[in-house]
This record gives sequence, C-alpha cells and structure tokens, in this order.
Amino acid sequence: MACFVVPAAEAVITTVAAKVLEKKESASESVQVSFNGVTTTEAVKIPFSRKLKWLNNLLWGGSALLAFEHVWHGEVTPWFPFLTATSNPVDAVEMLHEMATAGISMTALVTVVWLAMLGVAKIMEKNAIASAKTLPPAK
Amino acid sequence: MTLLTTVFAAIICTVIWYRNAPESQMHTGILCWMYWGASLMWLVDAVFEYIDVHEEYFTPSPADMLNDLYLGLSVVALGLIIWLVILLIKDPKGVIKASLFQKKDKSGNHR
Repeated sequence: MACFVVPAAEAVITTVAAKVLEKKESASESVQVSFNGVTTTEAVKIPFSRKLKWLNNLLWGGSALLAFEHVWHGEVTPWFPFLTATSNPVDAVEMLHEMATAGISMTALVTVVWLAMLGVAKIMEKNAIASAKTLPPAK
Repeated sequence: MTLLTTVFAAIICTVIWYRNAPESQMHTGILCWMYWGASLMWLVDAVFEYIDVHEEYFTPSPADMLNDLYLGLSVVALGLIIWLVILLIKDPKGVIKASLFQKKDKSGNHR
C-alpha cells in the first residue's frame, strides 16, 4: 500500500548524510595496491561517503520502481491525498501495518546487504594492500 | 513474476557493467543499483506473500502471472527510461552538447 515510503525516508536521510560527510572528508592518503597480484599501483581508498552513495542508489532506485508498482495497482495517485489508503481509517490502519512490517523489513534487508558489501569491500581492500607488500614497488 | 523479471534485468545489467568496468561512460551502474534495490524490496514482498498464502504463492493463475510479467516488463522499461534521461543529461560523450553548436571551419563558415 505504501511500503516504499519507508526505504524512501531512509534514502532521504542517507543522501543528506552522504552530502555532509563528503564536505567533511579530507583527502585519503595513497597506498600501494595490487589488483592482479602481479604488479603494484599507487591508489587511494574510496571515501566512506562514496560507499554511502551505494546505499542511496539501492534505496532510491528500489523505492522509485516500487512506487511505480503502487501506481500500477492504483494505491498511489498523482492527486491529494496521493495514497488512496488514507481516504478511510480502515485502509489507513492496514497501510500503516504494511509500512511497519514490509516497509521496515525492506529497508532492513537493503541496509544489511549494503553492510555485507562494506564487509566484502574491506576484505578486498586489505587483500589488495597485503598482496602489494609481497611484490616489488612500482617503477 | 515481477521479482523474477527484475532479478534477471539486474543480473544482465551487472554483467554488462562488469564487462565495461572500470570504464563507466554509459553509466550502466545506475541500472544495476536500481534493479538490485527493487529486487531486494520485492523479495521481502514475496516473503510476506508466502507467509500469507503458503504454497499457493508458487502456483499463481495464468492471468496473475501474465499481469505480473506485464508489470515486471513495465518496471524494467521505466528503469531504462530513468537511466536514459540521466545518461542524456550527463552526456558523457558530449554528443548532445556538440549537437547544440555548429562548428566553424577555417573560412568562418558554419558546418
């Protein structure tokens, strides 16, 4: 009914957070890394604000396509009150229940997947740096 | 069916993105994020529906399947339209910007 509103709300918060972080972040120091285990390259780690944008993209993209599905099913209209379920109290209660269950679960799953991506990225970063240490420095 | 359509779209876009990486001139990453985000959200929807209707979830009527496929394809089309608009606005190859100007040759004539 309006489950997409919950991830969209998180998307607003994370977008603002990413913008604020981007302004505050200082330039990362460069490190020697190896992408292929054969040669080394000088590179900088991507900042956290950029990783936060991954979450923004997942949340905004998913919410936009889900919003379309709700338009398709006549649950969202381009005129007031926009969410058809708000026009009567029984439907409104059902809508709030759906937001509290499906909406929060969707947001949680997307966030957990993003956290897993951060974990994998951290391991890959460590491996690339560790691999470079075993190789002769780049000329 | 909508979930399945979006997951396939996400997989295809991810393969295309990986093939062209690290070049990202076509911004195919946008499509990946959009379709994966929607797939995760519809996965949750599918779990809730499964809890509601149990095994019936896996035996939808042909009419429901067709409607869901139609919706899935429409969602994929909408995603492509959003991507295309972003691509044309960002115009990484400068094609749109170039079409807004006429080049001058050495004699000063417009081409």
